[in-house]
Amino acid sequence: MSILTTTTRILIAGVAALAVPASLSAQDFAITGATVATGDGSEPVPNATVVVRSGKVVAAGARVTVPVDVQVLDGSGSWVTPGIFMPLTDLGLYDVGAVSESNDIGARNSPFSAAIDVATALNPASQHVAVSRAGGVTRASVSPSPSSSIFGGQGAIVDLGADPNMLIKARAFQIVALGETGARLGGGSRTGAHALLRNALREARQYGADARIPGSPSRASDVSTVDDIPVDPRLIDNTTARGDDVLLTRFDAAALVPVVRGEQPLYVAVERASDIRQMLSLKLEFPELDLVLVGVSEGWMVAAEIAASGIPVIADPLDNLPASFEQLAATQSNIGRMVDAGVTVAIGGLSGGITGPRTAPQFAGNLVALSDVPRATGLTWGEALASITSIPAAISGYGGRYGVLAPGAAGDVVVWDGDPLEVSSTPVRVFIDGVEQPLTNHQTRLRDRYRDLDESDLPKAYDW
Amino acid sequence: MNVNALLAIGSAFALSACATTGTATDSDRSTRSLDSSAEVDVPFPSTYKPYPGAATALVGATVYDGRGGVIEEGTVLFRDGNVVEIGSGLATNGYTVIDGKGKFVTPGIIDIHSHLGDYPTPSVDAHSDGNEATSPTTGDVWAEHSVWPQDPGFSRAMANGGITSLQILPGSANLIGGRTVTLKNVYSRTVQGMKFPGAPYGMKMACGENPKRVYGSKGRKPSTRMGNFAVNRQTWFDAIDYAEGDRKKRDLEKETLAGVLDGDILVHNHCYRADEMALVMDMAKEMGYKVSTFHHAVEAYKIGDLLRENEVCSAIWADWYGFKMESYDGIPENGALLQQAGACVVIHSDDENGIQRLNQEAAKAQAAGARIGITVPDAEVISWITLNAAKAMGIADMTGSLEPGKMADVVLWNGDPLSVYSRPEKVWVDGALLFDSTDPKRRPVSDFELGQPGEGDVK
Repeated sequence: MSILTTTTRILIAGVAALAVPASLSAQDFAITGATVATGDGSEPVPNATVVVRSGKVVAAGARVTVPVDVQVLDGSGSWVTPGIFMPLTDLGLYDVGAVSESNDIGARNSPFSAAIDVATALNPASQHVAVSRAGGVTRASVSPSPSSSIFGGQGAIVDLGADPNMLIKARAFQIVALGETGARLGGGSRTGAHALLRNALREARQYGADARIPGSPSRASDVSTVDDIPVDPRLIDNTTARGDDVLLTRFDAAALVPVVRGEQPLYVAVERASDIRQMLSLKLEFPELDLVLVGVSEGWMVAAEIAASGIPVIADPLDNLPASFEQLAATQSNIGRMVDAGVTVAIGGLSGGITGPRTAPQFAGNLVALSDVPRATGLTWGEALASITSIPAAISGYGGRYGVLAPGAAGDVVVWDGDPLEVSSTPVRVFIDGVEQPLTNHQTRLRDRYRDLDESDLPKAYDW
Repeated sequence: MNVNALLAIGSAFALSACATTGTATDSDRSTRSLDSSAEVDVPFPSTYKPYPGAATALVGATVYDGRGGVIEEGTVLFRDGNVVEIGSGLATNGYTVIDGKGKFVTPGIIDIHSHLGDYPTPSVDAHSDGNEATSPTTGDVWAEHSVWPQDPGFSRAMANGGITSLQILPGSANLIGGRTVTLKNVYSRTVQGMKFPGAPYGMKMACGENPKRVYGSKGRKPSTRMGNFAVNRQTWFDAIDYAEGDRKKRDLEKETLAGVLDGDILVHNHCYRADEMALVMDMAKEMGYKVSTFHHAVEAYKIGDLLRENEVCSAIWADWYGFKMESYDGIPENGALLQQAGACVVIHSDDENGIQRLNQEAAKAQAAGARIGITVPDAEVISWITLNAAKAMGIADMTGSLEPGKMADVVLWNGDPLSVYSRPEKVWVDGALLFDSTDPKRRPVSDFELGQPGEGDVK
């Protein structure tokens, strides 16, 4: 097929628009002759094949036999990767960042904190979902921003499919801010934030026992239908009495029960080396905690200790300025050095609507660039792709299922017109669960309208 | 815009710099001095002087000259701070030869929109010096009085972005934000030591949401877009009165505005929406000034024809959008559509991180165009971050391209600068080697970083 090799996106968009209504169910297909990168950290393989059946990857690699009963797409000249998995996004939570009515990222004036649940606000029709999808992002985690307390609330795992349901898993993790942000939210100093954190975990532990809250808030269910998510036991009314000496609301305390039991990951935002060490020692105090470190600009200074702890990291890769006193040692070599020390690191937490999840490949590509800079430490190409696909998926609880082209994984496949980490490349076809996705959005419509400035017959408002 | 007037005021600065430093390295620059009488009148004059550099020949690289030309396996010669010649197979006797095979050479990258120094890192309140948000018109303030020359961001901009010149602007809280300052990206103990000799001043203006929000929220005018224009126009009329008078009474704001009316100070207007840019261009006609550049012009693609006709540049991001209402219609094809319309394109950062990757941003804008059939050759894309920026800042006679006699502001890239995989290997400013990725000590470390974690790291 010529679709894969054409470079005009208009053609591609046109074909996609025709194809999608007829293919809302998963297609069985094979892409052949493409450069395939599976996302598992290995280097790309030329002239390889990817086979997808019933929404799942069946095979990917150089010596793959194409089944006779699937549609064959010629991938010559193209690159094929798993869909990007971007952790810690605000996708579906806002339309315009500075238009507060459209923005559900933070709930500054809420009486609640840990109980906040982003799944209640997700909007799959947000343009940023569509723009990110067109950029090859197929899955993400969505995080609230700590605003009313050090606890931001509970994040979700989502897909970016062009359908009404983006939720894969609600209440997938809790996020807490420490460091300078936590200090500000926690009463004015790090000491206040740490006291708040420890008190909250203790109150939750006690409340969980007293109220007999049974277990995980969002057990199992990677099926992307809301109905399949079990009722959250914390949402069921109970009349358990609480002691007088409590700070948390009942709902917030209930939300932290699975955290303190290690059944819901706790994402901790820290930057400074000493703050990172504090978190590593928190594990000794609350051994059940399932921690993920977020931010971690000075992680390279503590890399061996992080590696020994086994705690994974989600880092913003290109931070290299002393933007605050907790980031004095920030360097673009941070991720490369941590990876070399044995830390599991995903790229994520990129700044919101300005750069956005679709720039993940550019960020990853920059880490490859460091490999050619004397004294810098970067990633190999395969590692860099893994840092935006399989690794964030694994940290998010979906290892082997998302972010990788391996048998049994979701049929999230992106066909690119060139090296996917190169700034000049873009997706030409995007599949989620084997379903081909539209790549149109507000931006592409504006682009098409203003491809010329001709208004000789009618105003531009009639050009649609 | 009166180009001669620009050159005159620019050269006055240049001469004062030369006179102060006594480094008569630049005969070309001194011949551009048309008017030395202003010298004594210029406060805070530049004390920048070029650092010493070896006569250097870059041989064998792909050379983008910054004005749309490319030379494969070219030679670039510079000595005494100036470009001597570029071409193929030039004799290199008397030059230190650097093998550029497989590498690329561009002019020094120029960022037309930066807040390094006036919003420096660490980004603490005590450093927040970019917006004098106490009055909607503050033409009296000068960005150079806020610039902290120890901002660590200058070093990152050089090491990762190849930035050799940059314009520091006041923020966008005000309709008229004050004077900009153009700097050489060379650390100095003083801001005067960084000021680009001979660069004209700019004046920052801002359309749209920011001024009306900042002052509307204080219960003051302007609180609407029509209020923005009302305040702007009255301010201009008052300035015209001043300019047509004897100008004897010192009035710092009106002196800046009069400088614009005289054509000596260039207007850099933060403006996102197409309809507002069109109104501003008419306001400029009404008042008798010219807009040099619309900054953050995310909707410029809707009026490429108007921008071409009015000879106004658009300084844009490659793909920022959606962070505020007036940025909602930003599209990645903006630059290419403007280029197609024959309008002037500049890629800018407005960001201490983005300034480290203007080359990549330009490449993204180029690629977005290619996908809709608008082909902009690599060599022209380089002009978006070099000569076009220099023109819009009024320094194109001195830098922005590799031409004989111009400042030897040069970047040697370890690969194609339009690739994500490439980084500056060496950066020269006025012929002085000020960054060398192969020499751990040949990189700037600001005072702030000394003795602190990460000092001198690769960043």
